[in-house]
Amino acid sequence: MTVTAGWYLALAAVLFVVGASGLLLRRNALVMFMSVEIMLNAANLSFVAAGRQLGVLDGQAAVFFVMVVAAAEVVVGLAIIVTVFRRRATASVDDLAGLKG
Amino acid sequence: MVELVLFIIFGLAALFGAVTTVWARNPVYSALGLMLTLFSVAVFYVSNGAQFVAAVQVIVYAGAVMTLFLFVIMLVGVDRAEDRRENLPVQRPLALGLLVLFGAGVLVAGRFAWVTGAEGGRGAEGTVEALGSELFRRWVLPFELTALLLIIAAAGTVALGLFRRGEAEGGDEGEAGEGEEAP
Repeated sequence: MTVTAGWYLALAAVLFVVGASGLLLRRNALVMFMSVEIMLNAANLSFVAAGRQLGVLDGQAAVFFVMVVAAAEVVVGLAIIVTVFRRRATASVDDLAGLKG
Repeated sequence: MVELVLFIIFGLAALFGAVTTVWARNPVYSALGLMLTLFSVAVFYVSNGAQFVAAVQVIVYAGAVMTLFLFVIMLVGVDRAEDRRENLPVQRPLALGLLVLFGAGVLVAGRFAWVTGAEGGRGAEGTVEALGSELFRRWVLPFELTALLLIIAAAGTVALGLFRRGEAEGGDEGEAGEGEEAP
């Protein structure tokens, strides 16, 4: 019984759904960020699995760029969280209602 | 056979880590669960022949990004409990229903053949040499743009740390930004 690319794609789908549930159900901004990371990793896994099935390296090149963008996003996002925390002393996104009409 | 055993073990580990990340009350446990998931995905990269990407995953994600997360968790404070009351009445059932629908949809869509094209073209060993020649030939312009992106991210982080109301000391975000440039 060999592990085909479909298994990896199914696992990536499940991981993506778990990450999306974290983004929708949690209110701690840090945990939401980690959920975004899970979703990015699920997408990366499907890139790599599909690339192996096709026998090309384009999937891995895409993963490389996703990683760079994710690293930049984490840095800026965490800086924003720290800045908000310094002003409001909270990491919960429910307390940030400053733009509410 | 080896790949099947690895898939089962690390698939369960990845799922356990992801669920821990989402469900743990303490953000530190969330970070540890995320680290487990990242390592498991690195193992999947190796078994898919993407050795360089797996190394980058361990170094960048499990190393730099997780260190950054733990720094910020400690900075923001782990002791304050998050109250789990939901203020929007339909948010949880709606979210869970939509997620189940989405997951089922993706899994059903996975039954069809979306990966089309000639299979097994010229072999895809993701060694540093192969991926490097691919990146520096076909994808050289996006590669240069990532350098620009990283500089913008680092400069923006430093600016966020520096230009605050009145006082201007902020150093921790700036260091974080520089730490991300290395990989």
